[in-house]
Amino acid sequence: MWVLRGLRDGVLTTKWPARPDEYAASTRGPATVLGGPDVLTSGQPAVAGLCPAGAISVDQRGQARVDQGRCILCGRCVQLRPDVFGWSSGPGGATLTRAGLVVPPEENPQSLAAVAAALRARTRALRRSVHLRHVDAGSDGSEEWEILALLNPVYDIHRLGMFFTASPRHADVLLVTGAGAHGMAGPLRETYEAMPDPKVVVAVGSDAVGGGLISPSYATSGGVGDLVPVEVWLPGSPPSPFAIMSALLLALGRLPAAPGSQAAAGPSQAPAGKRTAGGRR
Amino acid sequence: MTAAAEYELAGSVTSLRDRVTGHIEAGGRLADLFGTVHEAGLLITAQLAGPDGITTVDVILPAGQASYPAVTPVAGSAFWYEREIHDMFGVVPEGHPRLEPLLRPASGPGLPLPGGDGAPGRIDPDPRLLPSHAVGPGLFTIPHGPVRSGVTESIEYLVETPGEDIAHLNMRLFYKHRGIEARYAGMRPADAVLLAERTEGVASVAHAIAFCQAVEQISGTPVPWRAALIRTLHAELERLACHLDVVVRLADGAGLAVATARFGWHKEQVLRLTGQICGSRFGRGVVTPGGVTAAPQLDPAGILAALRQLERQLSADLKLLMGTASFLDRLRRTGPFPPARAAEHGALGPVGRASGIVDDARQSRPYAAYGSLRTTVSSRDEGDALARLEVRVDEIAGAFHLLRQAADELSEADSGPLHADRTGADFTGADFTGADFTGADGRAVSWAEAPQGEVLYDVRIESGRITRCRSRSASFHNLVLMHEVFAGDILTDFPFIEASFGLSVAGAAR
Repeated sequence: MWVLRGLRDGVLTTKWPARPDEYAASTRGPATVLGGPDVLTSGQPAVAGLCPAGAISVDQRGQARVDQGRCILCGRCVQLRPDVFGWSSGPGGATLTRAGLVVPPEENPQSLAAVAAALRARTRALRRSVHLRHVDAGSDGSEEWEILALLNPVYDIHRLGMFFTASPRHADVLLVTGAGAHGMAGPLRETYEAMPDPKVVVAVGSDAVGGGLISPSYATSGGVGDLVPVEVWLPGSPPSPFAIMSALLLALGRLPAAPGSQAAAGPSQAPAGKRTAGGRR
Repeated sequence: MTAAAEYELAGSVTSLRDRVTGHIEAGGRLADLFGTVHEAGLLITAQLAGPDGITTVDVILPAGQASYPAVTPVAGSAFWYEREIHDMFGVVPEGHPRLEPLLRPASGPGLPLPGGDGAPGRIDPDPRLLPSHAVGPGLFTIPHGPVRSGVTESIEYLVETPGEDIAHLNMRLFYKHRGIEARYAGMRPADAVLLAERTEGVASVAHAIAFCQAVEQISGTPVPWRAALIRTLHAELERLACHLDVVVRLADGAGLAVATARFGWHKEQVLRLTGQICGSRFGRGVVTPGGVTAAPQLDPAGILAALRQLERQLSADLKLLMGTASFLDRLRRTGPFPPARAAEHGALGPVGRASGIVDDARQSRPYAAYGSLRTTVSSRDEGDALARLEVRVDEIAGAFHLLRQAADELSEADSGPLHADRTGADFTGADFTGADFTGADGRAVSWAEAPQGEVLYDVRIESGRITRCRSRSASFHNLVLMHEVFAGDILTDFPFIEASFGLSVAGAAR
């Protein structure tokens, strides 16, 4: 009997973000630069040529930067130059500006806070009944698995008041995956335009953020940023379900500041107000 | 491993048709057919698979000549392959029954040239053109996609129907064509393996293995035993995850809420175990030309313990599922694919094995550590959605068996090397970023049995850089068969048939 089978292993669902989750804390995010803003990048192998996806840059002062939006998590920099690069971990990594994905940051935190406040004001009306629509714009197929995982009993995003909908007319949030295949530019645009305001677009995965390893290509746009107005940028290849969940909460201004989480450290991710996200609805 | 593969330039393009038909009549199958830009014109390559391995036939379509006699009229399995050649190079296979755009609309400026050095123009398909195949009173076309309900990959199914029966189904893949094969040109092998992993994201490990084996063959690099075991370990974990994904989609289609949740949980556990072992939930960044990048972060005893628990929970649920009559009734005689057609087409993977084909590259053409492990091949003759599920259920048990063997062997090979030490070349120990393949030159064909079926790579390298990499996934080879499995089935059977094929659009459209 399936009914009894459903009771066999008790409650499997995570309590994150209301409570910390051990697995969420251990999931791997994009590569990051270790040791503050002034890491020396001399030594071998040379830092500049390490990244196959072109995510690493070195400025005139010798400061290494990782554009996490281009990072495909291959781990080469971490393996070959563990003195300069490390993994970020924990559910996070999403930002509200494309430039905000560059670590260490170059952007003025003040402007980020303004972006966050504007988005929060717009999405406040959505409260705890948020409908999600996904469009694949040339993904490799793994991002779809990770988005679908949000419906399994471990993540169960229904508890956060989020639901997938078939019709863009009912959708509040658009999750876009893939490097922006030219073939999907039209259908993606039509889906976006069919959605009522207020609406938020989340670019899910490094391919969607910056084209990843797929670009440059005659058939893709190098990310979906040129095709629809993206407001939340989530790197990862693919991003873990926890990272996708946190990007959704960030889009809705419901992400609590979690200690130890990379992305939540910035001023942009301050909690929306007294009501923090959790099991309550 | 591809010792049986022979390369020859069979000269005239007119001989291609005879070679392919002769091979199929002798019981072989057409495994791939594709073009490459060559100084003398267009090189058309056919990969012919038989019991002795894979034979490569290269013919030249001289420069300036824009057509050749099509293979499709005599070998139906070439149907999509020749459409792809037409899309990519503008060459017309004369006598082809239906040269509609498949991967790329043939109009527009600048044709892409995989393997060539010209910069292809961008493509902008016109989705408003609806080709129709079946004609008759009351027939209409439902364009299903590319944005479909649920979280799915983008593909357009053009369902031609009088209302309920599915008279004909047409597929258009070009929406998410990413131009992967052209992207390979100029890459170093150690970078290109990362692209291979992203060709068909849910079968990353199989693609990486097939690609790396080709590079290793070209450069004469032996893979250490321990690395072969780690590759096998990840390939089988990937098989578990993919097969469980099919079970989830079938259970979801049948409205079994508890089963959907249970198998979704099992799948999540497989992905977590994979992540625990290597850091990536999809086994990415493990396989690299010459071996693997790192040792498992979980010791063999830990892997075995996790597998034991997972298998206990999973097999109980599978047993219950395969005894749920209301579920099995939806699958029985749904989407039948006759064994005779499977043999003719050379259907791959679980789709082929559910229609009487007893072939699994892990057993018939072993690679990685499979030659030394006990591998079983499961097959059925019914050819319906249920048979395809039964084959996968058998393969889940087989994967656990292989995983246990691989983990046992790993505990014995615990201190062996992980990566070939190409002493003599400028190999620098931990730095396997391509310096060790700078001298590689040549061409090789290699394969791996992905959860969807055989993936086939044809890799050409000059001075350590890729000049052409053909990646044919089982998804591309098998997806065309969706055309013909709707005999007597209606619209509500569609999700079951699609799920039972278990293919990846990314792998097919590339």
